Amino acid sequence: MSFETAGYQLAPVLPELVLAIGAMALLMLGAYRGQETTKTVTTLAVLLLIVVGVLEYMLPAGKQVTFGGSFIVDDFARFMKILALIGSAVTLVLSTEFLSDPSRRIFEYAILVLLSTLGMMVLISAGDLISLYLGLELMSLALYVVATSNRDNAKSTEAGLKYFVLGALSSGMLLYGSSLIYGFTGTVTFTGIAAAATVSNVGLVFGLVFLLAGLCFKVSAVPFHMWTPDVYEGAPTPVTAFFASAPKVAALAVFTRVTLTAFPGIVSQWQQILVFVAIASMALGSFAAIGQSNIKRLMAYSSIGHMGFALVGLAAGTVEGAQGVLMYIVIYVAMTLGSFSVILAMKRNGQPVEQISDFAGLSRTNPLLAFMFAMLLFSLAGIPPLAGFFAKWYVFVAAIKANLFTLAVVGVLTSVVGAYYYLSIVKTMYFDEPAGQVDPVRVEVRTVLAVAGLFNILFALFAGPVVSVASAAAKSLF
Amino acid sequence: MTTWPILSVTTFLPLVGALIVYLSRGDDEAARRNSRWIALWTTLITFAVSVILVMRFDASNADFQFVEKANWLATGITYHMGVDGISLPLVILTTAIMPFCIIASWKAITNRVREYMMAFLILETLMIGTFSALDLVLFYLFFEGGLIPMFLIIGVWGGPRRVYASFKFFLYTLLGSVLMLLAIMALYWNGGTTDIPTLMHTAVPRSLQTWAWLAFFASFAVKMPMWPVHTWLPDAHVEAPTAGSVVLAAILLKMGGYGFLRFSLPMFPLASHDFAPLVFTLSAIAIIYTSLVALMQEDMKKLIAYSSVAHMGFVTMGIFAGTMQGVAGGVFQMISHGIVSGALFLCVGIVYDRMHTRDIAAYGGLVNRMPLYALTFMVFTMANVGLPGTSGFVGEFMTLLGTFKVSIPTAFFATFGVILSACYALWLYRKVVFGALVKPSLMSMKDLTFRECLTLFPLIALTILFGIYPKPVLDMSAASVQQLVNNYNTAVTAVKAAALLQ
Repeated sequence: MSFETAGYQLAPVLPELVLAIGAMALLMLGAYRGQETTKTVTTLAVLLLIVVGVLEYMLPAGKQVTFGGSFIVDDFARFMKILALIGSAVTLVLSTEFLSDPSRRIFEYAILVLLSTLGMMVLISAGDLISLYLGLELMSLALYVVATSNRDNAKSTEAGLKYFVLGALSSGMLLYGSSLIYGFTGTVTFTGIAAAATVSNVGLVFGLVFLLAGLCFKVSAVPFHMWTPDVYEGAPTPVTAFFASAPKVAALAVFTRVTLTAFPGIVSQWQQILVFVAIASMALGSFAAIGQSNIKRLMAYSSIGHMGFALVGLAAGTVEGAQGVLMYIVIYVAMTLGSFSVILAMKRNGQPVEQISDFAGLSRTNPLLAFMFAMLLFSLAGIPPLAGFFAKWYVFVAAIKANLFTLAVVGVLTSVVGAYYYLSIVKTMYFDEPAGQVDPVRVEVRTVLAVAGLFNILFALFAGPVVSVASAAAKSLF
Repeated sequence: MTTWPILSVTTFLPLVGALIVYLSRGDDEAARRNSRWIALWTTLITFAVSVILVMRFDASNADFQFVEKANWLATGITYHMGVDGISLPLVILTTAIMPFCIIASWKAITNRVREYMMAFLILETLMIGTFSALDLVLFYLFFEGGLIPMFLIIGVWGGPRRVYASFKFFLYTLLGSVLMLLAIMALYWNGGTTDIPTLMHTAVPRSLQTWAWLAFFASFAVKMPMWPVHTWLPDAHVEAPTAGSVVLAAILLKMGGYGFLRFSLPMFPLASHDFAPLVFTLSAIAIIYTSLVALMQEDMKKLIAYSSVAHMGFVTMGIFAGTMQGVAGGVFQMISHGIVSGALFLCVGIVYDRMHTRDIAAYGGLVNRMPLYALTFMVFTMANVGLPGTSGFVGEFMTLLGTFKVSIPTAFFATFGVILSACYALWLYRKVVFGALVKPSLMSMKDLTFRECLTLFPLIALTILFGIYPKPVLDMSAASVQQLVNNYNTAVTAVKAAALLQ
């Protein structure tokens, strides 16, 4: 039997195959050996993700299409997949402590993360609406279960259920939109849709709106953001870190690919939707976060705002815009993983603390932790010379080139509002009196924080190469 | 000419010093002394290196010197550094003021000394970088980056309302600057680069000039600060520790004026010409209004803060006059104000360290106990008033002279500022230094210590030297200012001629 049937090569999906088979093998291992294998399975899962990342990196350069156009591997896909793999691997590392608790030794956790990552990779490479939906569902179903992994905790269960119900609704909208698009263009492949959708008609725009609504739900953009604060707060912290990083990468990637490759003919139609969604997300993310007292809820609103900023780049609808999205998501993932490792590190007497007031005086009890977090917060606020500034630079520079001046002005103004609540945390850590000692930080959390923090502080030094890689990846979409 | 990157070394030396301070662990008295000495030596060495810049600087050359260029982000956005006659005096001002700040904090700061010194050293790097960056993105990086250490300096080591003051300072400045960031992006697409020397020779369409000018103005007017966006300054000054106030008044405020000279005038000459009446009006209001406000103050630092706003009004007025005297006077006034206002805040800090209050009413008759202090304070008060023979006079006179040629009403109203500044400065001096020494708490006041003399006497020397012999500063900036004014006038005349032809 030959795998080399024209248009159906298996070589481009090699990393996905390895990941799928590896996940199955680890599932078998766990199922036969029981819960005491949790640690082994988690370690092997991290190694598996690294191997898949290396395989993805080693795939031949250039664009390859397989399965009759439903699976695309190009520079853009490679970039996003490696980023998603890094996000998943790091969150698995951060979960070690969570899983070491005797009551929570669940080896399925790592398997579910692996399967979800597989879904992300399919999603990122999706070349038609069918594989888009397959990838999205594989990713989401695993996420629903992971959200409830602290199953004896009412909040965690509630988070999972809420996420599932709303997620199912959004999947429904996405499917409905896809069927309308299929009905009005007669094809499901993105290239086919692009060829057919040169002029807008009502049915097509309807389908587009529903499709974008489903995608907005996944990136938690306003007005489909309602699940985010509850799920972020309710889910165990390592799971929240996972939700905030890898799935966002995948969702933003498919968002970018769908809008830019399937609907380049009707840019003006989706551009106005994106402008609205971006403005609403940035504004809500900035204003609603001000009143929060729980750091995880705050990070939820922060992530809503950041997705709004990333969509500013996409709204430009140009190569520069796509490059902006790529730069934004790389830096966002680093900042998010760094921030969540700080939140994970915050423990008093073995108990995690999540209130912002618990950070009081951290600069005196644990200066290094406070410094790293302060730098991450300044970076999230977009203050140079930290990485977050460059993220904002690349999305807004694209918006300015596309003459989206209102969007850009509103965007930077909301970023000033956003700076207020990031500064409030810095204020709590640096200006207030200490609220007591924190426990020593575990080594894996320290490592993640050190890497993310240094990436964030020193980004200006190695920004050049990152920019050129992102630029090449963005060009591969056009 | 040079084989080593002297400008980058000057810029990043303080950062290296901050790293060394960081590595000197410990929180006992010895560690604190170590961080103080390391910080002092770093600032002194940085100053020494910057003196080499002055010695090798060719004042007859109007172009950028000590230029360094390296690849950075992409084509069009590079690491590009260099100084000309306008930025070099400000670089020297920065490196010269910093050692005084460290010495002034020697005894006043006792908690978290290590972090304090690191914040100041990092701030120095960012300030020097702001004045020597020749790429807009690089400039913005240094310009905005300075907010972080200053925010922490005010917030951690400040007075009772430090949280409010630090937030106001940060958000106010950020709000102005993000608009400038958008204008930088628009210029990037217009010229295909963010290289400042290239952009100075790139034509900018009239409409873009207007918008970009306004966006840059939003940032620099806040930083300067100009009336009516000056309200963050009194709060920040009052709450900041002494050295923080000194840096704020002496250097950070100059970034606004520098921005106008580096960007607004050369890149948007037409918009600058169009908006000059606006700037004149705001400057005249600032000079008169804030002087009157200063008259009403009960807090010494607040009074000096308002007088700073008034004096910066002379700078903006002179710059936008667009004449040789006006612009050169603006540059000189910035240097002079840097020395004088910095010294005044040091003077306030000296009595604050002894009495822990800045209420004017709490003092009186200090001359009886502190004759040396009374003398020092008098010199700087006179310089603040603009008495001939002090550096304050030269700057105010030149800016008024330059403005007189362009707008007589502005010069007329601004001159009232000279009288008003005499009113509030002399009033402050009389209340604090003269009168009978009746308050029992003041009886045990000691005169200046050796350390305090060390911070103030060099500044006295400079104030008087530049007052009677301003040539070194004026010569250094002359060629660059001449070129700036010529280009500005050429651009404006060309448009006027074209308008006449139609």
